[in-house]
Amino acid sequence: MSILVKPNTKVLIQGITGSFGARHAQLSIDYGTSVVAGVTPGKGGQFFEHGGVKVPIFDTVADAVKQTGATASAVFVPPPFAADAILEGADAGLDLVVAITEGIPVRDMVRVKRALQGNTKTRLIGPNCPGIVTPGEGKDSHGGCRIGIAPGYIHKKGNIGVVSRSGTLTYEAVWQLTSRGVGQSTCVGIGGDPVNGTSHLDVIKLFNEDPETTGIIMIGEIGGSAEEAAAEWIKKNCKKPVAGFIAGATAPPGRRMGHAGAIVSGGKGTAAAKIAAFKDAGIGVAVTPSEMADVLLKMM
Amino acid sequence: MNIHEYQAKHLLAKFGVAVPFEIPARSLNEVRPAAEKIAASGSSKVVVKSQIHAGGRGKGMFKTGFQGGVKVAGSVDEAVGFAEKMLGNVLITKQTGAEGRQVQTLLLAAGAKIKKEFYLAVLLNRETSRPLIMASTEGGMDIEEVAEKHPEKIFKETIDPAVGIMPYQARKIAAALGLKGELFNAGVKLVTGVYNTWWECDASMVELNPLAVVELADGKETVMALDAKISLDDNALYRHKDILEMRDLNEEAPLEIEASKFNLNYIKLDGSIACLVNGAGLAMATMDIIQHCGSNPANFLDVGGGASKEQVTAAFKIILSDPNVKGILVNIFGGIMDCNVIATGIVAAVKETGLKLPLVVRLEGNNVLAGKKTLAESGVAIITGDSMADAAQKVVQAVGK
Ligand SMILES: Nc1ncnc2c1ncn2[C@@H]1O[C@H](COP(=O)(O)OP(=O)(O)O)[C@@H](O)[C@H]1O
Ligand SMILES: [Mg+2]
Repeated sequence: MSILVKPNTKVLIQGITGSFGARHAQLSIDYGTSVVAGVTPGKGGQFFEHGGVKVPIFDTVADAVKQTGATASAVFVPPPFAADAILEGADAGLDLVVAITEGIPVRDMVRVKRALQGNTKTRLIGPNCPGIVTPGEGKDSHGGCRIGIAPGYIHKKGNIGVVSRSGTLTYEAVWQLTSRGVGQSTCVGIGGDPVNGTSHLDVIKLFNEDPETTGIIMIGEIGGSAEEAAAEWIKKNCKKPVAGFIAGATAPPGRRMGHAGAIVSGGKGTAAAKIAAFKDAGIGVAVTPSEMADVLLKMM
Repeated sequence: MNIHEYQAKHLLAKFGVAVPFEIPARSLNEVRPAAEKIAASGSSKVVVKSQIHAGGRGKGMFKTGFQGGVKVAGSVDEAVGFAEKMLGNVLITKQTGAEGRQVQTLLLAAGAKIKKEFYLAVLLNRETSRPLIMASTEGGMDIEEVAEKHPEKIFKETIDPAVGIMPYQARKIAAALGLKGELFNAGVKLVTGVYNTWWECDASMVELNPLAVVELADGKETVMALDAKISLDDNALYRHKDILEMRDLNEEAPLEIEASKFNLNYIKLDGSIACLVNGAGLAMATMDIIQHCGSNPANFLDVGGGASKEQVTAAFKIILSDPNVKGILVNIFGGIMDCNVIATGIVAAVKETGLKLPLVVRLEGNNVLAGKKTLAESGVAIITGDSMADAAQKVVQAVGK
């Protein structure tokens, strides 16, 4: 049916009173997501109101979890405080923390990742990611779980899993699917930073186990070797068709292409190497981003 | 952000890393007194080093034909002579590209008597999300070449960020470099200092190539950093005001500086088709599809989440100041933003900049029909593309004509 979140997952929003967090809290509520709590230290006891929904605000994530039963959070906290917010979510025992914040120092994420090591309860997605959408059962797939900043309306309930480092490329793939009448089980943006909580491979494994996911689109970028690692695993273990695209074939080495993680350095992380790994693993390679959905649908 | 060698060594020295006696000089007037001070310190040789944000200076060549961006002088006069050939001239190394970089600062260093050259670097290992120290006895060489041909000659030590570098780890590296006795202890101190510099300064990379065993005037040996390169995590600069002051705008492309003022992420490339895109991944993919259609992208340009009229106008101005640009492809996936707002911004920007080049716009997403209508009825010549592929083909065709 979906991975990571179900349509009725109870979501809290860390940084709900900031302009960015507030805007996307509203959009999630509009999408029918069950936003049950907000957290802004110092504003506990107030309410966030939108479209007839009254969301209580708490000073701490622990309080919010205890009072509302939220199991997932979206982090919209500014970069200097984001590492703290992520670990607060883990400390409160959330199942899922989705860090939307862009621009968190790498050293902070190195510490966060170390602190989460061995934590089997909380999964971190991101940072610097568009978040997760599990489309809902309602009209126009309304009533789904939208955590983050993805446009809800482009999604449609269905059976394709999408995982990507890039926000807009995820939307592109999702939109291609939806315009062809093909829906998605869950769409996951894992983020464009060099240190992130969840890798392509982690998400692919979840899709592989999810009975309702029948095909997967994996979108990667130059830099690092996470796409290669996922491809190697897919070759040996994945039971489902996977189509892939790698962005950055034309990017010059040594230059960071927007995302902190998208950089070819020391001859490593090239698009050519990643595409070769995809081909070797039997992943259908979309030569251009316009063909991501078509390549997958042809395989199915 | 990158900093110069002399600035990197300044940071390293704060963390106890031994460096030669050195003085930076920004003009010829400063060179002679600096060289004299170094000579007076007991050094028979003065090394004159071009300061640019690129490696390979030693083997580089100036546009004037003068050979070498790092020169060892036997006298103060010779040092001044070298400085005259370097300051203000353009140095080309294998890391600068053909256009090279103008040398605006020199570093005058006490010439060390080198016994051995090593390589030492600290960086993030993305596979483990932990810091990694890399060391090799093959110093002064291109480390990528060593990694490829002699991977066994690269020693790696992963650091647990929860505890930081432990003394035994620094000892393992000193041992791997074959250091003995007092040199071993000096090596341990140096490795620890280099790691701490990386961590405390929020560096993304610290590289010493070479780190050297040198003989001092009294015949004793020690280890020191003869070259140092540090790049920093831009996202962490807010907590390092002192390092931020080291930024050298002369080393950055003027168009990229201009772009950053408007929150645009712009990188100039060599092709003829400019692109303007929202989102880094989509921007890279747009560059790729231009190449796939038989042309080459003139730039990477990510306007971020929004695309306001001000941003699009600024972006057009930046794009148009690149004389190689023959056509423009705008690719916007208006997820949350209203495509009609974006379309209105594009039309206004075209009018304001008086754009004459072929412009292809691909809009998709929220309220796209109204957006396309705005473009069609604007009275300005805008070609619309339906998909990314369609738009890319159209712009390549329009430019080819
Ligand atoms: N202070 C110094 N004393 C003696 N030799 C030096 C000194 N600094 C650099 N060198 C020599 O010059 C070479 C090139 O200088 P380096 O600083 O490594 O520049 P680059 O890596 O840009 O070529 C070094 O490998 C080293 O052999
Ligand atoms: Mg060097």
